Amino acid sequence: MYLSTIGRREHPGGVSKKSFALLGGNVFALGTVSLVTDVSSEMVTAVLPVYLVLGLHLGPAAYGVVDGLYTGATALLRLVGGYVADRVRRRKAVAGLGYAMSAVAKLGLVAAGSSATAIGVVLTADRTGKGLRTAPRDALITLSAPEHMLGRAFGVHRAMDSVGAFLGPLAAVAVLAVAGSATGVEGFDAVFVTSFCIATAGVLLALFVRDHRAPKPPSGTVSLRAAAGLLRGAGVRRLLIAACVLGLATIGDGFVYLLLQDKEDIATGWFPLLAVGTNLGYLLLAAPLGALADRIGRLPVMLGGYGALIAVYLLLLSPLTGWALFALTLGLYGVFYAATDGVLMALAGPLLPEALRTTGIAIVQSGQALAYFVSSVLFGLSWQFWGATTAITIAAGTVLVAVAATFVLLVPRRKARP
Amino acid sequence: MNTRTRVLIAVTGVLTLAAAAVIYVGVAGARNQDTASAGTSGAVTLEGGRLLFRSTADADRGHVSSVSAADPGGARAVSTVSCSRVYAAGGTGICLRPETGLTTYQLAVLDGRLAVTQEIPLVGLPNRARVSPDGKRLAWTVFVTGDSYNGGRFSTRAGTLDLTTDNVEGTLEDFAVTVDGKPYKAADFNFWGVTFTRQPGRFYATMSTGSHRYLVEGDSTARTVKTLRDNVECPSLSPDETRVAYKAAIDGDPAKGWRVSVLDLASGTVTPLAETRNVDDQPAWLDDRTVAYALPRTQGHSDVWAVSADGSGAPRLLIPEAESPAALP
Repeated sequence: MYLSTIGRREHPGGVSKKSFALLGGNVFALGTVSLVTDVSSEMVTAVLPVYLVLGLHLGPAAYGVVDGLYTGATALLRLVGGYVADRVRRRKAVAGLGYAMSAVAKLGLVAAGSSATAIGVVLTADRTGKGLRTAPRDALITLSAPEHMLGRAFGVHRAMDSVGAFLGPLAAVAVLAVAGSATGVEGFDAVFVTSFCIATAGVLLALFVRDHRAPKPPSGTVSLRAAAGLLRGAGVRRLLIAACVLGLATIGDGFVYLLLQDKEDIATGWFPLLAVGTNLGYLLLAAPLGALADRIGRLPVMLGGYGALIAVYLLLLSPLTGWALFALTLGLYGVFYAATDGVLMALAGPLLPEALRTTGIAIVQSGQALAYFVSSVLFGLSWQFWGATTAITIAAGTVLVAVAATFVLLVPRRKARP
Repeated sequence: MNTRTRVLIAVTGVLTLAAAAVIYVGVAGARNQDTASAGTSGAVTLEGGRLLFRSTADADRGHVSSVSAADPGGARAVSTVSCSRVYAAGGTGICLRPETGLTTYQLAVLDGRLAVTQEIPLVGLPNRARVSPDGKRLAWTVFVTGDSYNGGRFSTRAGTLDLTTDNVEGTLEDFAVTVDGKPYKAADFNFWGVTFTRQPGRFYATMSTGSHRYLVEGDSTARTVKTLRDNVECPSLSPDETRVAYKAAIDGDPAKGWRVSVLDLASGTVTPLAETRNVDDQPAWLDDRTVAYALPRTQGHSDVWAVSADGSGAPRLLIPEAESPAALP
């Protein structure tokens, strides 16, 4: 695969409904599994803080300990999962194991009772499942759609995923309304059990996902040495560097929402709704922007997405207030996600040899996640020491530099080396 | 596996799972319905000689209840009022409860007959509640969290209400802070676990910044807060106002759990109490010699235990199926 093909408009064609019909059932099957699974996991995410604090009366620090376990568990496992999936050539099985682990973890929450340690262990298992499944699933998507349709494929998948994330909290509130939340933990247990049932249904729906098991590659094709060798290829290396640079330029949703809240002094009860606004933008735009990426090139769409991120930061610095600020900021933030998240994977897929595609995707995702973590910490510190205005200005400047760097790194070269 | 078999397995499985979920939710709902209608109106008052608490018994979970201080294991009076947290002193009660659905909470001020006299919307998840000895000031702590989208990070806010002026202080974070005698500014201040003194405007609380969790002394009139000591969480002032009972992180590390301890404010002496189990609660003084606290047993169930404040003896079970204890002298 040559770098020169990355951004090129290869198969011009309309963004019509027909073009989505060509995607093939597998992308929709994977999307359905993600949708159902996300309903299940976002149900739990929505009620977990309430459950820990009101249901179990965990104090501030115990909550922090549980939360630390929750977030720190996945990066390395994603790489392991990716490598194993390539090694045994069973991407569907590894992804399915991940989905199943997260499903069982929902029942684990009921069994863990009020022990903070047990809850921490269960949540770690849940995150582990998520870490295991992400890279094999994305690799399957790249193998399930023709290359010139990858933008659409990821767009459709991410849109379906977001619909699940959107419905999850609503499902949780509905269960609590029926089961009664005011007096005890039964209501929360009902949410967890329902979430388990939905997650298991998601695993069952994976029956309709076809695995792509190419003939066994020659021995040595999938080895740690070969995985490391991925990085020797200039294309993959450039993409990884670009993903990390762009990760460094992203400050984290929490900060964006906190800055909005800081600027407008809205009640904290509205806080979760900010994420709903972004999600709505994401789910509406993911498929169209994916199709646009197939049409005009993935790189311009991705860089345009980061342009939207700069606009978000500038809005946070601007004198604009009120509903216009919220609508524009959240809308553009949704554009940023829709134009970057799936599109990056669509960029990565064709660059990676099929035998090592899951490993490669896992490396890119982990690199980006790590960079993202570093940038969140740095942004938190600069906010604390220099104040919000300076911190956002630096962040906006960083995105600008990152966009320029990415352009230089990934722009199609006329004379690509084989 | 052919498509027919797949469809059959999937349809059967999904239907079975849907049925299981519906039945489970229905049963849970029916059980909570019974609990919601429990209690007798007027059965509980804030008059003296009794211990007030939140029941965790299956039959009347969440209902504000009381027992005789002289016979805490004896007959319980159960009210119709439901709270997530409750406390009372000086004839005033504080009840933290969900408002509607999942996302909003409120603080209800209760009079001596548990009638609601005032409601204040709370932003965040309510956690700690206290009333000043004279019943004129109330304090609460809420967790302020986003959700999965901000990585689940949380912070706490402590607020106070002065019933004589109706002044609500939504957060203590705007107060002028001095750490070890020096003025100090930070973005990561978190306050929780307020406990009042008899002196107007004065209180103690926990303030965290960085990796420290300080005992602070505050003044609502001057709007100042100063640190007294590190590693003191959820303080509770003794009735004679000479000591503070609190939860001390073992080896200063909350991950290792907490030990109920008592700090002598004049001498700075710390006495770990005889309770060796992990206590994650703001303790409550029953009198100058005894400290009470809740210990969770199994999911949703707690017991209130009591232990001597001088570090001697052994903990004893005070009220089974109870939490949020408050002595009504």
